[in-house]
Amino acid sequence: MYLTEKHEMIRKLAREFGNKELTSDILDKIEETEEFPKEIFDKMAKAGFFGVKVPKTLGGQGADTLAYVITVEEIARVSGVASIYVSSPNSLCGGPLLLSGTPEQKEKYLRPTLNGEMIMCFALTEPGAGSDAGGMQTTAVKDGDYYVLNGRKTFITGAPLSDYAVVYAKTDPTKGTRGVSTFIVDMKQEGVSCGAHEKKMGLVGCATSDIMLENVRIHKSNLLGKEGKGFINAMKTLSTGRLGVAAQSIGVAQAALDEAVSYAKERKQFGREIYKFEGISFMIADMATKLEAARLLTYQAAALMDEGKDATKASSMAKYYASEACNEIVAKSVQIHGGYGYIKDYKVERLYRDCRVFTIYEGTSQVQQMVISRQVINGK
Amino acid sequence: MNKKFPDYNGVWVFAEQRDNKLMGVVYELLGEGRKLADEIGCELSAILLGENLGTLADELFEYGADNVYIKESPLLKTYTTDAYSKVIGRAIEKYKPEIVLIGATHIGRDLGPCLSVEAETGLTADCTKLEIDHEDKKILQTRPAFGGNLMATIICPDTRPQMSTVRPGVMDKAVYKKGRKGKLVVLDDVELKSEEIRTKVIDVCKKIGETVSLTDAEVIVSGGKGLGNKEGFKLLKQLADKLNGTIAASRAAVDSGWIDHSYQVGQTGTTVKPKLYIACGIFGAIQHIAGCKESDMIIAINTNENAPIFEIATYGIVGDLYKVIPAMLEELN
Amino acid sequence: MRILVCVKQVPDTSEVKIDPVKHTLIREGVPSILNPDDANALEAALQIKDKNPDTIVDVISMGPPQAKLMLRECLAMGADNAFLLSDRAFGGADTISTSRTIAYGIKKLGNVDIVFAGRQAIDGDTAQVGPQIAFRLELPVVTYVQNIREVKENSIIVERQLEDGFEVVEVQKPCLLTAVKELNEPRFMSIGRIVGAFDTEITVYNHEDIDLDQELCGLKASPTKVYRSFTPEPKGKGEMLTGTINDMAHTVVEKLKEEHLV
Repeated sequence: MYLTEKHEMIRKLAREFGNKELTSDILDKIEETEEFPKEIFDKMAKAGFFGVKVPKTLGGQGADTLAYVITVEEIARVSGVASIYVSSPNSLCGGPLLLSGTPEQKEKYLRPTLNGEMIMCFALTEPGAGSDAGGMQTTAVKDGDYYVLNGRKTFITGAPLSDYAVVYAKTDPTKGTRGVSTFIVDMKQEGVSCGAHEKKMGLVGCATSDIMLENVRIHKSNLLGKEGKGFINAMKTLSTGRLGVAAQSIGVAQAALDEAVSYAKERKQFGREIYKFEGISFMIADMATKLEAARLLTYQAAALMDEGKDATKASSMAKYYASEACNEIVAKSVQIHGGYGYIKDYKVERLYRDCRVFTIYEGTSQVQQMVISRQVINGK
Repeated sequence: MNKKFPDYNGVWVFAEQRDNKLMGVVYELLGEGRKLADEIGCELSAILLGENLGTLADELFEYGADNVYIKESPLLKTYTTDAYSKVIGRAIEKYKPEIVLIGATHIGRDLGPCLSVEAETGLTADCTKLEIDHEDKKILQTRPAFGGNLMATIICPDTRPQMSTVRPGVMDKAVYKKGRKGKLVVLDDVELKSEEIRTKVIDVCKKIGETVSLTDAEVIVSGGKGLGNKEGFKLLKQLADKLNGTIAASRAAVDSGWIDHSYQVGQTGTTVKPKLYIACGIFGAIQHIAGCKESDMIIAINTNENAPIFEIATYGIVGDLYKVIPAMLEELN
Repeated sequence: MRILVCVKQVPDTSEVKIDPVKHTLIREGVPSILNPDDANALEAALQIKDKNPDTIVDVISMGPPQAKLMLRECLAMGADNAFLLSDRAFGGADTISTSRTIAYGIKKLGNVDIVFAGRQAIDGDTAQVGPQIAFRLELPVVTYVQNIREVKENSIIVERQLEDGFEVVEVQKPCLLTAVKELNEPRFMSIGRIVGAFDTEITVYNHEDIDLDQELCGLKASPTKVYRSFTPEPKGKGEMLTGTINDMAHTVVEKLKEEHLV
């Protein structure tokens, strides 16, 4: 696939940023403190990582989806958790506003989110509604100029850090998915609280928690889009979100391959470097091939979006394949490292924990299979 | 003498002084200049600028200068590009030396380029080797390029003088001969006006604490990435003190922020030529090797037996420097 | 205020490798980058612009058409306009010749308050072109600038790095300053500015555009010539010591005693 000089320069920027700012000392500190440094967050905002494909008139950078994918890929190559901070405002948090926001809402919430002055989170999942988002229980009852929200959202990435949340709730419980509406909720508002920080396996440094909503009064000016259009908004947002996870997957997989290659060239057993054994070199061949296939699927889905074509199938395929391939590649990299791969001093140990969620969040592999099969069977 | 340029004659060196003390490289330039002058069959001269220079000219004679061109003025007390390039530029124009050698110090590398434009002649930077071509007596100037990956020999065939800046610490110092005399030429036909000098030195700040003079050190204990942290330099200091030496560092250690840039040995730091160089935890990047390979003896300590530093080491020790150095200190006690 | 920054595209010499058999430079696959000291020079100019927003920061380079990419990186860091002096006639230039061409280019661009350049380029490490341009343009020059203390109406106060400290120098404007890496930390490009950089036209001048006689350009006008080039020979490998740590420490200290180094 041919990348333009512009895309290569964006890659160079993201790579230099990763190498200079996300040093191993910093990454160790993030793991230890479970906090992401504010200075680095601010520098990422300055480099334009938060609004890659949003038009400049709305406070974005005016690049395209492919540029977004490349940015996330390169950041994920050094740090999975840093790539969450990059992808969120571009997809899950900025997406709903970009899709359905009024000019005033975009000015008030989108622009500061892209500048890094405001943090938003995306609150769709509930304890009883994961893959089946339509089964949500959170309600929004109209009361004059206000809606009163009640319910509980779960596994919300960045919730404890956020200023505002995009919350999906049922305005009409009788209409199933067509009864879902979207709201912008001030996290400091009365009735809003966060649950305990989840202790996650990986991607440490990005607090995740529940959001509890108890009689939260939301003015109608904070209804995002029309009543009943919330589910479509969420699904469209997730479609770009999927691409972000695919990009994270290829970034982390590349890191795992790089680590494996350099270790295999350095490590000697039975009197020679271990890459000289077929058992190792064939693993490396498989890793490299699958990574390349995942990368091409991801770039292709991005290119389709940039051409304004339907990328539903392509982005599901990219997310499904890249996240599964990533888990396989990272597992092989740990295997090549032998006992050292199981030790926290080696980078692959973190990669192994970080990548596990890629096949789960923003639509599990099984949900992607559902989407893909439906598209294929319907001849799309 | 070169027949193509019958008017040009003699080897000149720029006798850079700061606070009325000659820079170390001046003795090296006199040493190298003497060799070149003898091969060509011409005189060696020094050009000395400053204020109240006292016995510096005598010192230059004693280190081998046949002539000293001198100008003293309050306007020359500290170096300024405008004043120095004017006085030396005029002197070159008038006396027409065949070769001009300048130390590649921060000042020499400022002055040289301006003189070369004034004379519209070639200037070869940071030479590490100078030779005379036996055919036509021109000078062959060898210098590193591409970060020390390549050596290039440069000539200046069609213009005079031939000018070089010379890396400090590379050439042999001149032989001192007490009481040796020469001819003093006062440059009194150049007039300097203060308004011609467009830069004003307001203040000079010396680094506080010990000053690092890596070029003069006879023993250097140098640390690299393998130290793991800045505390490691304390151990190196113990060894250096025991051997009456000084500590230094590789670029990797400097870039890690463990030690000041002024301690850096290598292509972009200082070139050193001590009697003993002990490389501790230094991998041996080509640019580092370029800066220390002329040392008389190199001892390398590294855990990686494939580290390129061992390629140039006189003695190599594969092992953890945190074990090897304490063992050496024990032996020395 | 108008600031002009002289920049150069260079091979990343840290990536240059030596062919182990032929002992020649392998230049293939070596990335071309903005010369590191020049990035510090550009950053210094941009910091002045940050404080005085009506400042214009332009970049100028001499090089082949491929150097446009490096100029776009400068635009993506925040430069306003980019100029490339590019002509077959400029090829093979040494510092004397290069500085003449760039000086003519700067004259063509007209009024400028400060010219910045990097101390030296990593491919040649000469540190000559900056001061030579200044001398040709009759501008006062301060090399090795490690700090800019104050930009005044008619002068600038800077710190000039010396081997054992620094001097504080006041220099009249207009002037030329060369930057060392201690001067600052160059900023990152931004994605938005990268997008903008590819929408910006880069002005290319040949020798006629800058009114420079072809005889005064490139190799022809270079007083220095490369007589030969070669790769440095590695010093012969010495002796690897063996035994326990204590054995090796003992041996090496004995060697030091033999050489009267203890």
